[in-house]
Amino acid sequence: MKQLQDLQKAIVKSQIWKSIFRVGIPTDNRKRALAMLGNVVLHLHPIKVKKSGLRMSYTWCMGGTAFFLFLVETITGLLLMFYYRPTVEYAYFDMVDLREVAAFGIMRELHRWAAHAMVIAVWLHMFRVFMTGSYKPPREFNWNVGVILLVLTLLLSFTGYLLPWDQLAVWAITVGSNMARATPLLGAEGPGAAFLTLGGEKLIHVGSDARFGLIAGRTIGGGTLIRFYVLHCLGIPFVAACLMAVHFWRVRKDGGISGPV
Amino acid sequence: MDALKSFINTLSYPWFSFTLSLVLFVAVVKLKKLWTHAGGWLMLALITVFFCGSMLDENFRSVVAKPDNVPIVMMVYLTGYFWWLAMYKGIKNDQAIEAGAPTFEKSESEDKVFTWPDLVFSELICMVVLTVGMVVWSIVLKAPLEEPANLSVAPNPSKAPWYFLGLQEMLVYFDPWMAGVVLPGLIIVGLMAIPYIDTNPKGNGYYTFKERKSEIFLFLFGYIVLWVQLIVIGTFLRGPNWNFFGPYEFWDINKIEPLVNIDLSEIIWIKLLGVGLPSHWLPREIFGIILMIGYFVVLPVAMSKMKYFKRFYDEMGGPRFYTGATLFLTMMLLPIKMYARWVFNLKYIVHIQEFFFNI
Repeated sequence: MKQLQDLQKAIVKSQIWKSIFRVGIPTDNRKRALAMLGNVVLHLHPIKVKKSGLRMSYTWCMGGTAFFLFLVETITGLLLMFYYRPTVEYAYFDMVDLREVAAFGIMRELHRWAAHAMVIAVWLHMFRVFMTGSYKPPREFNWNVGVILLVLTLLLSFTGYLLPWDQLAVWAITVGSNMARATPLLGAEGPGAAFLTLGGEKLIHVGSDARFGLIAGRTIGGGTLIRFYVLHCLGIPFVAACLMAVHFWRVRKDGGISGPV
Repeated sequence: MDALKSFINTLSYPWFSFTLSLVLFVAVVKLKKLWTHAGGWLMLALITVFFCGSMLDENFRSVVAKPDNVPIVMMVYLTGYFWWLAMYKGIKNDQAIEAGAPTFEKSESEDKVFTWPDLVFSELICMVVLTVGMVVWSIVLKAPLEEPANLSVAPNPSKAPWYFLGLQEMLVYFDPWMAGVVLPGLIIVGLMAIPYIDTNPKGNGYYTFKERKSEIFLFLFGYIVLWVQLIVIGTFLRGPNWNFFGPYEFWDINKIEPLVNIDLSEIIWIKLLGVGLPSHWLPREIFGIILMIGYFVVLPVAMSKMKYFKRFYDEMGGPRFYTGATLFLTMMLLPIKMYARWVFNLKYIVHIQEFFFNI
């Protein structure tokens, strides 16, 4: 036991350790404050928080859960990208391999269940924020950022739904993307699209409407797969990560976790 | 047992179950005794007994136990629990305010604690618990993988991802441009508008029910009754051809539902006036158009003069009130159209197929 303690002491006092962790385990209030200021991850937090805001029965822990699940999605998604090829020939069979052959064969499960859980967590987070009136001034704008993040979460899940390239995937996306056909003005079967003509030629038809742009073709196919893949792995996560930064920053700037004024 | 099952099957048909859910919703929100520990346990017990008992039924199990449907069961429980928690805490705070005491949050919010260790360690524990939970879930339940994609063989029913099934359920009552584009768009716009429409300064940063009755009632109606309930219906109770099936009913692909829906124009011109439909769309659909203009233009103005809504108009001012009223009326279009369908077999209020403009 004593040797272990000596070892710990030696590690904590070494130059390597000290160069990474400036403060060490906080033992007094000054160090507790410095621990927050000196660490890039922890400095998302304020130094002190309202006691009421600590309670899980107040926050439901759902915002943090949503963010944590986003990180889980990022890590598992990255591992899945090592195996998965977004082409009509390979996609499905890469899925089979992921299930049957790949090491740590639960990555796809983790990714899928965490995605579902993230959708639920984001909804419940919004529910909590509404029920505590936390969207009220000065937090109106952050509520709006949150609504956009909610939409992005759904889009992330929706674009990911296609990638397994099985019957469940393509038909769910078929049902979903068929809606775009009916976009007012911009969908071939949407109200008002018939009025958009140029020299007697229809501007909006099945080869040029919103659905065509969404799925990169008249039917779901290889073009849709690569489009959804890029949006799923790069486009939407990038925008979502930027907005999350704004969201968290605004939480701090608007006075930290909400509480009675 | 079979009699009970067929009774529940009949009861769950949309016109019954939606009406029942409306009545229950109003009763539940008003009934303070339900939002106590005893009430919470009672509701949990009732739902669990129903759920576990139903799992003995083969048809129920085959739908609910689909891997992708498991999260929805989780969502139902979590939504129910957090709904109870919010109301429980809200009513407790209301009682405190009434007694002149500070709210629970107020009594603690002055007290500030260091982030290290209190917050940081709760976060760590949450992360560990979540990780363990996710790993166990992933080991126990395999992610679904069906046959390879085949665009020439459509599964029946073809369903969107579960979180969009509320929208797919709306397709029963609205055309895709409404159910798939306009209404979802307005849900987003409406959510974003909430902080700018709601001028009530009370209830900021603590749970309460009494101080924000109308806001909470409206939000819960949209979230629980419309959004969550329609997802549950769309997931568990819609089978082949998007026909309705009770929870214990076999998803028979040959089930036939008579299509007897008619347009408002047909009801008025043919049934009531006894003449044929005018050939031009404008006279043909004039009643529906007038009805819609009346609903979205005249009704908000009339509401601003009505006794119940006038106080909102006075508090919020014109622009806020009319924006809020328009969003509210758009939301209410869904239940109105549902009942019009069930009572009059109404298909479209306005049906201008010439421009795909159908409401």
